[in-house]
Amino acid sequence: MNRASRDGRRAVLDSVRAALAGGERTSAESIPREYRRQRPVESPAELFRERVADYRAEVRAADSAGAPEAVLRALEHAAAGRVVLPEGLPATWAEPLAERYETFDDRPPLPTATLEGVDAVVTTCTVAIASTGTIVLDHGPGQGRRALTLLPDTHVCLVPASRIVDDVPAALAALDPGRPMTFVSGPSATSDIELERVEGVHGPRDLHVVVVDDA
Amino acid sequence: MRVALFATCLGDTLFPDAVRATLRVLERLGCEVDFPAGQTCCGQMHTNTGYHEQAVPAVRAFVSAFDGYDHVVVPSGSCVGSIRHQHGIVAEHGGDRKLAEAVGRVSPHVYELSEFLVDVLGVTDVGAYFPHRVTYHPTCHSLRMLRVGDKPRRLLRAVRGIRLIELPEAEQCCGFGGTFALKNPDVSVAMGADKTRHVRETGAEVLCAGDSSCLMHIGGLLNRQREGIRPMHLAEILASAEEER
Amino acid sequence: MSGVDLGMPSFPDAARQAVRDAQLRHNLGNATNTIRNKRAAVVGELDDWEQLRASGAAIKAHTLSNLDSYLEQFESAVTAAGGTVHWARDAAEANRIVTELVRETGETEAVKVKSMATQEIGLNEALASAGISAWETDLAELIVQLDEDRPSHILVPAIHRNRSEIREIFRREMAGSGTPAPADLTDDPVQLAEAARHHLRDKFLRARVAISGANFAVAETGGLVVVESEGNGRMCLTMPEHLISVVGIEKVVPSWRDLEVFLQLLPRSSTGERMNPYTSVLSGVTAGDGPSDFHVVLLDNGRSEALADEIGSQALRCIRCSACLNVCPVYERTGGHAYGSVYPGPIGAVLTPQLYGVESEDTASLPYASTLCGACYDVCPVAIEIPELLVHLRNRTVRERKGWFDRLTRTAMRAMGWVFGDSGRLARAQRVASLGGRLFGRRGIGRLPWPLSRWTDARDAPTPPAESFRQWWERTRTNDEDGR
Repeated sequence: MNRASRDGRRAVLDSVRAALAGGERTSAESIPREYRRQRPVESPAELFRERVADYRAEVRAADSAGAPEAVLRALEHAAAGRVVLPEGLPATWAEPLAERYETFDDRPPLPTATLEGVDAVVTTCTVAIASTGTIVLDHGPGQGRRALTLLPDTHVCLVPASRIVDDVPAALAALDPGRPMTFVSGPSATSDIELERVEGVHGPRDLHVVVVDDA
Repeated sequence: MRVALFATCLGDTLFPDAVRATLRVLERLGCEVDFPAGQTCCGQMHTNTGYHEQAVPAVRAFVSAFDGYDHVVVPSGSCVGSIRHQHGIVAEHGGDRKLAEAVGRVSPHVYELSEFLVDVLGVTDVGAYFPHRVTYHPTCHSLRMLRVGDKPRRLLRAVRGIRLIELPEAEQCCGFGGTFALKNPDVSVAMGADKTRHVRETGAEVLCAGDSSCLMHIGGLLNRQREGIRPMHLAEILASAEEER
Repeated sequence: MSGVDLGMPSFPDAARQAVRDAQLRHNLGNATNTIRNKRAAVVGELDDWEQLRASGAAIKAHTLSNLDSYLEQFESAVTAAGGTVHWARDAAEANRIVTELVRETGETEAVKVKSMATQEIGLNEALASAGISAWETDLAELIVQLDEDRPSHILVPAIHRNRSEIREIFRREMAGSGTPAPADLTDDPVQLAEAARHHLRDKFLRARVAISGANFAVAETGGLVVVESEGNGRMCLTMPEHLISVVGIEKVVPSWRDLEVFLQLLPRSSTGERMNPYTSVLSGVTAGDGPSDFHVVLLDNGRSEALADEIGSQALRCIRCSACLNVCPVYERTGGHAYGSVYPGPIGAVLTPQLYGVESEDTASLPYASTLCGACYDVCPVAIEIPELLVHLRNRTVRERKGWFDRLTRTAMRAMGWVFGDSGRLARAQRVASLGGRLFGRRGIGRLPWPLSRWTDARDAPTPPAESFRQWWERTRTNDEDGR
């Protein structure tokens, strides 16, 4: 740290302390938390599917055996030809795709230009939130680094039903805050022009979600 | 029941009909009404414009006039809002502990008219008769400072002969805002113009509200537009009776 | 302090122009109405909204009351995660730090995520004068930047523009700074968004430096949270090697868990969605994923001064959702430019005077840019008592300003206060008024002298009655207890 920034640090902290001098410092325990920590629903998977569909994402449901087929249908729907598959995607899902599509793995990391030329990415997720229709990627195994789910036009996400939680508090409790994370709720969208929602600006234009009944 | 009537400076000076109507309603319901002569103003205009110090005399006059009454009734949501939420701030600003104590003693006994009728007297039918088309504007301070909810509407619905017509975008501010009307006349009038447009759309003969101040603004616009729609205080409709027709 | 809002007319003058712009009022009326309804619908879905709101307010208030220790905790966590924290007292210092950091990379351009903090300090202008191009990548910010316009809303900076105006801006300006708009561009929002995608794609893939703000900074983990919709934020936070985030010191929250409150409050309040399309969380540097060089610039710029004001400091709870703008009847009529600050609307009216002081006419007029109708407080997800703050800041304005007009008004107010101090004085004033009233007859009064002409220019004034209520009471009741 050079001198100027040391001075800045001390000045800001001194100024904050001067402002707080004499005031009461409240404890974190005194914060009321009477909101719902849980929003139990009969079927989180069903609510999740409903809520994702509200964002105009394509939603499919499949059992474990039918999941590869559902992914193939999603890719057909998106007219994809070149598909990137992140490291750690279960072989039962990855292998049928390799037979039908030109697939890429990210080992070593694909150059950005190559990734730009890919049509679709297939991933899984860390956790999904029923009440808001959100999938959360922590970019661990089966999810790829962040660019993989950003540059291709189509993102197909396999969501195991066992990873769907009722609401935001449960989701955050299940995540490792030290990891980079992306919360995805539907395809990229803007409402900047007359508040009219348009899908597909910079992130993936299409989001396909396959909810896999893995019970 | 013995109650004290706070006319408010605006009601006392410019709209005595609304205050007389309040008196009539209260007496019809069996209240014994006092008008403490020392009363003046709640000080809201000063406080809301930032002149806390200059509001102290009004607050002092208010508490000395009304100290000791169990029920103080006011035909204005806005003034009650100021009494409940600002008198303490003003007293604290003046650094006068005794005044602050008096404020703490008096203000819990102060009620806006519809609150007093519905909550204290437990009445919604005040025995009024008013065979006209009426639309009701819920004023901001009644709505969002006092949270009177649907009390004024319940009182109006019980009036015999009345046709109550829903005002579009009723909860939008009329644009009066106290000295805002003078400091930002263009915005104030633009807001008021939208309010009068909605009032016209209802086809009502009478625009009703619980605050003479907002009625003065909306009524002033309606009058300038030669609309022939009468602004009337809630108390004036509640005071109308068959035998007076 | 930054010069970004100097030389603006005061609010009443700017508002007078704005309310006469029929197109602007039409655009704003439509947009605010749409977003108000969306918000109400998704907020209505949660039966614990008030409890969430109470927690949100309490978390922020708690953080502010321990801000020094949370800032230090945040700094340690970022450092441990491979990032570097810088501290800036004011706009000039923050701009100097960011400019230096960009220079060190050897680059002359940077892509930007929409950020209120960088607008507040005028970072783009500072970078431009150092020969660095900063490209705004949020669609609305792009529209504003291409048009050399100013943002007029916190969330939807181009809310004052309609689709055909945006088409014209794209066709006229895009070619000047990169990929041009297609020749056959229509005013269909889908096509306009597509044109923006093409225009910016090349910049995203080329850029080696990105500049962002943050919605939340988590002290416990050093995590920055960026909430967005379009994916431009993800592009900026992911693709370039160097990331510089400018974060107001009030953005810190204690723990990861606290986000469970704010990630419910913010999207529903701002865009009226259950969740915004994308939220990115990054804690320092992750090997092989995203930027390898990460800097946070913690910005004071008047915040610590606002913190010292017991009532005014509530404004520092703000999470920039802009719900208060969308429900404000004044904002709806004037738009954001009239406020002369990057923070318009009710929250701007309480934040701007605290960040910049009330010495100038333009900031001093802001606390008065409200009818105190209270709609802003009702929708605020962190329960900032904006009407109370406005009145508080009006009082500060009255105390601090010493111009001739201020002194004149104070004298008049004191005189009226004196009248209201005694019922005898009030009664005498009323007799004068009713005397005057008799000159005008029964009709409303159509014309009064200044300053009351500001009333009668568009409204009739009531004629004072022949008898005040007090006089009537004295005449009819004082000697006759039963009388009518």
